[in-house]
Amino acid sequence: MKDTRAAHVTADGRTIGDVILDLRGIILRFGGVEAIKDISFDIREGEIRAIIGPNGAGKSSMLNVISGFYHPQEGEVWFRGEKRPPMKPYQVARSGVARTFQNIALFDGMSVLDNIMTGRLNDMKAGMLAQAIWKGRAEREEIENRERVERIIDFLEIQHIRKTPVGRLPYGLKKRVELARALAAEPDLLLLDEPMAGMNVEEKEDMSRYILDVNDELGTTIALIEHDMGVVMDISDRVVVMDYGRKIGDGTPDEVRTNQEVIDAYLGVAHD
Amino acid sequence: MLYREAGDFKTSYRADSQTFPIRLDRWAYYAILAVAIFVVPFVIDDYWLNAIFLPLLIYAIAALGLNILTGYCGQVSLGTGGFMAVGAYSCYKLMTSFPDISIAIHIVISGLITAAVGMLFGLPSLRIKGFYLAVATLAAQFFLVWLFNRVPWFYNYSASGQISAPERTLLGVPITGAGTQAWATYLFCLAFVVASAWICRNLTRGSMGRKWMAIRDMDIAAEIIGVNPLRAKLSAFGVSSFFVGISGALFFAVYLGAVEVGAAFGIDKSFLILFMVIIGGLGSILGSFLGAAFMVLMPVLLKNVLVGGLGWPTDLAAHLEYMVTGGLIVFFLIAEPHGLAQLWRVTKEKLRLWPFPH
Repeated sequence: MKDTRAAHVTADGRTIGDVILDLRGIILRFGGVEAIKDISFDIREGEIRAIIGPNGAGKSSMLNVISGFYHPQEGEVWFRGEKRPPMKPYQVARSGVARTFQNIALFDGMSVLDNIMTGRLNDMKAGMLAQAIWKGRAEREEIENRERVERIIDFLEIQHIRKTPVGRLPYGLKKRVELARALAAEPDLLLLDEPMAGMNVEEKEDMSRYILDVNDELGTTIALIEHDMGVVMDISDRVVVMDYGRKIGDGTPDEVRTNQEVIDAYLGVAHD
Repeated sequence: MLYREAGDFKTSYRADSQTFPIRLDRWAYYAILAVAIFVVPFVIDDYWLNAIFLPLLIYAIAALGLNILTGYCGQVSLGTGGFMAVGAYSCYKLMTSFPDISIAIHIVISGLITAAVGMLFGLPSLRIKGFYLAVATLAAQFFLVWLFNRVPWFYNYSASGQISAPERTLLGVPITGAGTQAWATYLFCLAFVVASAWICRNLTRGSMGRKWMAIRDMDIAAEIIGVNPLRAKLSAFGVSSFFVGISGALFFAVYLGAVEVGAAFGIDKSFLILFMVIIGGLGSILGSFLGAAFMVLMPVLLKNVLVGGLGWPTDLAAHLEYMVTGGLIVFFLIAEPHGLAQLWRVTKEKLRLWPFPH
């Protein structure tokens, strides 16, 4: 049983570092409904952290809390060792958190390249005048960032659709482009909301490989929500299990698999 | 077929992000520019100037401006006429208050003033979208026209309530007023058009344009990747109004010479510019020009054919002109809802494979 409490090196040679994101006692209410009931867990640098649970368990709400869409009524979000004040989503994005959505949120009217380039917007700081005449910083920035984006395009093997408008792409490729856009921001923490929803086995295998490669080669910390248990157990380092807004399990895939409460939640249990 | 993209390889990112990536497009652009600068001024007369070239050039700037806002940033505006009036009245006040400063500078400053007003009226866009925003900008249209009608300071307390452009020269050549020559006013407006199109293209191909388009396509996703919606929307209103203001200033000072605000910058002007943008193609620089050309040239062409060619009475031709233009607008929108620019894009894609079907 490996120690998950401190920095260590995994069996496949990746380094898991200190806690990067720490959620403490998060409570989120919508009117009278408590969507998240006092949940605490942490995400360590370099790990793949899965959040699983039946439908309506509050997983997406949890991700929305991390990315600043929802502001919990109680609880604290600690990011990189500092307590995070309530932030707007674009401020969270600028602090180094990128995400994808359950139902793809790409910019349909723009080409694949432009979509991924939007991931670099936070690092493009040329003033409006420089951009208007397309000289100096504006042009230099455009080319520098284009090079970075091209590396990601290579990485995810989408060179052939670079100039295609996103609206015309099939579902699986759109998911990959969305991942590319999130990666383009070079985030410290990448949140993936059901990256494999609606995919066939082959596409799931591809996506799993990309997620592992991102984690391994780019060293990106990943938190993901996924329904496919096989995938989750295979690729994640630690798993949080939620049910009805509560945390019912937290630990390595093996620990979670044998947790009685988790089994009950998934298979159902007789209430008497 | 000579025109095609195939075989035009790019070896640097700089070459790939240039304004005209296709070699033949580039040549066509230089050819048109050369004709516009070196041929047209020598053959232009007052009829061509006032019937075609000045309205075409000036409306093209307004269409560019509105296209930034509506086509690129997705914010519908029906206040274009009102913003053109801001440009016109700013220009008038500047011309009469500072007669010694160059008219070109006045026009640019008028654009800046309009940009500020546009951003003010763009504030509701932070909370409302679509039709509701259109109604809010409609308020700008009516308020601004009312303001320029009712506050005598804006028209220097003239008895008629009109504003008329005093004579101003640029490098010794009269640009506004009675003694202008066709070639001079033409070149003056052309310079503004070329500069505007160049700036619009630069802004829309870089990070600014991506922010606007991100807001247009999905504002929530735009925010999640770090776009500040407030700044993106207001900058679109500002840039858009800047060009609309310049267009209004030129419309008043160079084209009409004397203006009554309700007649020149009424709600019909807002719709005219909006039609240009929709017919030409939302989110396309080329589309702004095509749309302006369509709306300006179509009536002139019909009139020449019906009255000049077929000898019909003028009033009958005038009515038919409305009907045919309206019919053509509907036809083009059904044939290609994304405008003339999209028609051109589709043609280009077909040409890529021509003469093979697949």
